[in-house]
Amino acid sequence: MNQLDFGIVIERWDELLHGVALTLALSTAGIVCSLIIGVIGVAMHRTKNPLLQAPVIAFVELIRNTPFLIQLFFLFFALPLLGVRLNPTITAIIALAINGGAYSIEIIRGGVESIPRGQIEAGAALGLSSTQIFRDIVLIPALRAIYPALSSQFILLTLTSSVCSSISASELTHFAQRIESETFRSFEVYFTITGLYLLISWLIMTALSSIGRRHFSYPN
Amino acid sequence: MQNTSPLNTASMSVSENETLIELKNINKWFGGFHALKDISLTVNKGERIVLCGPSGSGKSTLIRCINHLEAIKDGTITVAGKEMANDAKSIDSIRREVGMVFQSFNLFPHLKIIDNCSLALRRVKGMQRDEAEVIARKYLDRVHILEQADKYPAQLSGGQQQRVAIARALCMEPKVMLFDEPTSALDPEMVKEVLDTMIGLAQDGMTMICVTHEMGFARKVANRVLFMADGQVLEEAAPDEFFSAPKHERAKAFLGEILAHN
Ligand SMILES: Nc1ncnc2c1ncn2[C@@H]1O[C@H](COP(=O)(O)OP(=O)(O)O)[C@@H](O)[C@H]1O
Ligand SMILES: [Mg+2]
Repeated sequence: MNQLDFGIVIERWDELLHGVALTLALSTAGIVCSLIIGVIGVAMHRTKNPLLQAPVIAFVELIRNTPFLIQLFFLFFALPLLGVRLNPTITAIIALAINGGAYSIEIIRGGVESIPRGQIEAGAALGLSSTQIFRDIVLIPALRAIYPALSSQFILLTLTSSVCSSISASELTHFAQRIESETFRSFEVYFTITGLYLLISWLIMTALSSIGRRHFSYPN
Repeated sequence: MQNTSPLNTASMSVSENETLIELKNINKWFGGFHALKDISLTVNKGERIVLCGPSGSGKSTLIRCINHLEAIKDGTITVAGKEMANDAKSIDSIRREVGMVFQSFNLFPHLKIIDNCSLALRRVKGMQRDEAEVIARKYLDRVHILEQADKYPAQLSGGQQQRVAIARALCMEPKVMLFDEPTSALDPEMVKEVLDTMIGLAQDGMTMICVTHEMGFARKVANRVLFMADGQVLEEAAPDEFFSAPKHERAKAFLGEILAHN
């Protein structure tokens, strides 16, 4: 074991690339769902209706003040007790969406609060409903204002997806653990997946900035 | 600035008997602060009212009550025969009749000029995009800014943005236009293009309530000047009368200050 031997990594390269693809898919699903949860959560919070606001506040507090691993285990072990049987990967997506969604609510809410009141009043004066004002007037400038923070949060979500190996979700870390336990080449395997996670982050970052350029780059 | 002879086009006649806006005994409080004190005002179709007075006197608050950007505590507001109630339906039906232009333009920064103008037509009037754009182009042309239709607000000068804001309000074909210091945020060289647009509107017979300190505009366009201070209308007069012989001490002091700064 003193000699480094990357032969084993090259031998199982297919498996590692498959892991990369699965982690990309898992993270993308988590990001899309957390964005949806974030936007819906903020829309509910904005209504100033306590029946809609209170669950959002409770949700954000609960998720932001408990560890992701525990949330993951909770879903994985509690849902079956309720008769809901999901495979580990679907459970992982739900956990990432819920966790990322809570942070997204906080971030997007900051963006919404940064929108000048006059914008909203102009919409109201034109006769738009508050839902239309949120969707057509507030949302895009709000997302633009916090897009860098939201992007960092999504990169964090991507990296956090490795925790999902602990419920055997199909993703890169889980595959790496399997290769390691079969070959005992710990350093080589983890050295390699470190590089692969860098690649994954870079890919997600590139995708996020191209979306940013396309949808949030109007002149300001 | 502009010439100050009053407009005398036939189309500017006021229908004395068609009331468009009626405010009766309006009271508005901000917490413990009494911002509007028992204000009553009737505006007939085709009338052009200029509202002036010191900062903090309640001018913005008064016009913002007319389209329910501010809710009043008591009093009644009737616009185009519809009495304002505190429900969304009544507020919406009144907002359809009232256009508003703000000091800070408030264009939507993420939408092109054409979309700024067509958004409400599509969302509120349920028009298809192409139908809405025909109307949007018509009003952009009317404020002489059609060639900027595909730009974003930040690419326009302040004066151009304010003209777009006027076009955006006109697209909804309101019966009355409210202006809240539309030229106060503009560089001096851009004031004229906006005032000229407003004068054009007046010539076409639009009913208008303008909060402004542009006396040239008031003299040329207004039927009546209202002077407000401390949440009350202290003086109401024809523009020539108001500017040459203000009666109230506060109005004299106010005009003195305005003249000193011009
Ligand atoms: N949203 C608000 N909350 C509390 N006070 C307000 C609010 N809006 C306006 N006021 C107060 O009401 C008074 C009238 O304001 P405003 O109508 O904006 O005056 P003007 O337009 O004549 O300068 C001011 O004293 C202002 O501070
Ligand atoms: Mg004001």
